[in-house]
Amino acid sequence: MIPEIGHLALIIALCLALLQGVIPIWGAARGNAVWTAAARPLALGQFTFVALAFSCLVRSFVTDDFSVLYVANHANTALPLQYKVAGVWGGHEGSLLLWVFMLGLWTVAVAAFSRHLPDEMVARVIGVMGLIAVGFLSFMLFTSNPFERLLPAAMEGADLNPLLQDPGLVVHPPMLYMGYVGFSVAYAFSLAALMSGRLDATWARWSRPWTTAAWGVLTLGIALGSWWSYYELGWGGWWFWDPVENASFMPWLVGTALIHSLAVTEKRGGFKNWTVLLAIFAFSLSLLGTFLVRSGVLTSVHAFATDPERGVFILGFLAVVVGSSLALYAWRAPKVGLGGKFDLSSRESLLLTNNVLLVAAAGSVLLGTLYPLLLDALGLGKISVGPPYFNSVFVPLMVPLVFLIGIGPFARWKKTSFAELARRLKWALGAGVVAAVVLPLVLGRWTPLIALGILMAAWVAVTVGQNLLTRVRATPGGFGAVPNHYLGMELAHLGVAVVIVGVTLVTGLEQEKDVRMDVGDTATVGGYTFRFDGVTQVPGPNYESRMGTLTVFKGDQALRRLHPEKRIYRVQTMPMTEAAITSNLVRDLYVSLGEPVGAGAWSVRIYYKPFVSWIWSGAAIMALGGFLTLTDQRYRLLLGRRFRARARRGEAAGEAAR
Amino acid sequence: MTPRKKRLLFVVAGLAAVALAAAFVLNAFRSNLVFFFSPSDVAQGKAPEGNAFRLGGMVEKGSVTRESDGLTVHFVVTDFARSIPVTFKGILPDLFKEGQGVVAQGRLGSDGTFMASEVLAKHDEKYMPPEVADALKRAGKPVPGGTSM
Repeated sequence: MIPEIGHLALIIALCLALLQGVIPIWGAARGNAVWTAAARPLALGQFTFVALAFSCLVRSFVTDDFSVLYVANHANTALPLQYKVAGVWGGHEGSLLLWVFMLGLWTVAVAAFSRHLPDEMVARVIGVMGLIAVGFLSFMLFTSNPFERLLPAAMEGADLNPLLQDPGLVVHPPMLYMGYVGFSVAYAFSLAALMSGRLDATWARWSRPWTTAAWGVLTLGIALGSWWSYYELGWGGWWFWDPVENASFMPWLVGTALIHSLAVTEKRGGFKNWTVLLAIFAFSLSLLGTFLVRSGVLTSVHAFATDPERGVFILGFLAVVVGSSLALYAWRAPKVGLGGKFDLSSRESLLLTNNVLLVAAAGSVLLGTLYPLLLDALGLGKISVGPPYFNSVFVPLMVPLVFLIGIGPFARWKKTSFAELARRLKWALGAGVVAAVVLPLVLGRWTPLIALGILMAAWVAVTVGQNLLTRVRATPGGFGAVPNHYLGMELAHLGVAVVIVGVTLVTGLEQEKDVRMDVGDTATVGGYTFRFDGVTQVPGPNYESRMGTLTVFKGDQALRRLHPEKRIYRVQTMPMTEAAITSNLVRDLYVSLGEPVGAGAWSVRIYYKPFVSWIWSGAAIMALGGFLTLTDQRYRLLLGRRFRARARRGEAAGEAAR
Repeated sequence: MTPRKKRLLFVVAGLAAVALAAAFVLNAFRSNLVFFFSPSDVAQGKAPEGNAFRLGGMVEKGSVTRESDGLTVHFVVTDFARSIPVTFKGILPDLFKEGQGVVAQGRLGSDGTFMASEVLAKHDEKYMPPEVADALKRAGKPVPGGTSM
């Protein structure tokens, strides 16, 4: 019964989404106040039914309802509860439901936090988001119904893929989807601006926080994915330039360009058309990512092994979305107009360079990701484009970008003097060079690449500090009076420096050893000694584990015991490696079991990974910086003003009634 | 500088930047593309000697042997038409098994043995990498395990 309710709820949600997509936009175009005002209630209604469908699916998982095909394919009675819930989004159909759920959440959030915006703008934004929901809901109902029945019901489920039975599955996809889908808000705002022909200060002011929120969440989602694959896959890597990783990274790169472009649009009214175009691209890349993962054209750890029919549907949807928004852009962009002029030597110019570099980076990642697919489709052979390509194109683009981080905040709007910038920044450059020369030597290994990374990170850190100090000194009221949007910016930029330190040092200084170890053997990696103490059999809730014990020594002192495991899950009989990791602030020690090689000996892989945790901490700091800008005074002031105005009106009405 | 000259400078600079970027990308492509070949392709000499490429097929049953150092392993990759011996030193991925599909990246040695630097993991038992399925089809053999493609 419950699955049928879920199915019905999806159908109703589709109908409401259709209304939500058409009526408010038509109403705004015709100036019909009633139809315009229908946006919010329709959005709420659609979300209610999507949420109902979602809870039906969760309930089916939790109650082990194997008469639902999707549940039978991805769950098992012995599966721990948290993975039964997370298994909802462990497969193709359920992950689509998660996508639509996130879209509903963002739509409701826009509906709630937009009382101060003109009604036609809100109507158009919600309308566009409704149209996107129509696309995904119909995709689900026509090709990927999560509530499809399996009759007669299976006695036992096929279990969730063991690689997914991990806390990472509980957080990474929801966070990632929240970010991906969040760019639909920026997209909707842009289309709304094109439709109305008006792109003014209000639009920029309120587009910005939504875009920054989505960007921050996507940053966290990507970082979580990287961290998860690091500890879960047993190979110690944290970024593989896997097509699915790229699929989330490209929207992130364009999203970063977008938040910087929005800064210019808000402050100076410039880059308007460019901002709109970027928003369209960011969301298009999100959709492209969705297509890549589900179409079956990819060889990847991530790819949902699914069929071409679904791929064709999404491709069609993608074509419609991108095609129609670009057509709208071509038709209406001239109405939107240009912005203020600026000098070649100015903050706008630096931000333009920032945008060009980021978009070029996104373009090169896109090319590397799509090129193999293109060649294969044309029958020109099967190739793969791996990390060497991406690294050799991405890194040279990022180096100048990072240098701009230091210069931008010091530059003035409209016109600034390069000579003065050079004068102010020469100390930061000096400090960076000194750090680049000295630090790698202190850490044990000097190479040009490590030095470059340290230079970049030190440059950013020093310029952030210097800029902050200048700002605090110039603000009456000191640190407490510095606005949050500014602090957020500096914090996010500092996060970039932290990530660079992590990436540089772990790539340059990591050590790895694959060894055959008998009981009692020791191996030395990165200054630590590891002693193999044997393997024992340990049963788990739904798996059998062979648990190894290794003792880690620094010199003569025993630090801790590590327990890497080799698990065989009972249902899918797939062997899985659980690495054992011990971390502190400056390094990770990472051990994983290979296989038994006879007479109680095992092959063991040991890694020394210095500063790897800085990668994810840095990303978290970046996201925190982004979120900090959302708490800025000006948003609260404007929201507050609206509330106070309503309260006063309420009082006056009360007075009049008395 | 007159506005017109400024604009011209912008355009020239822009084109130069695009040309530079294109040169970057093409250079990166040329040295970093990795081609995929099946055992039949390699046996017919289509694979480059000395350059890295990917070899994919099925792991021949009974062909996996380990040396005493515990890390070096020998196995045979086949598409049921031709077979290529492979040597790999390191820890194999969990899903590596005789009778299953595999993709290895490395170089062809002068003795005809493929020296693998990487053996790629699949993500579940039933999944067959599309390239391997394709190679098997070309050799006219049935694709075991089933694939939803």
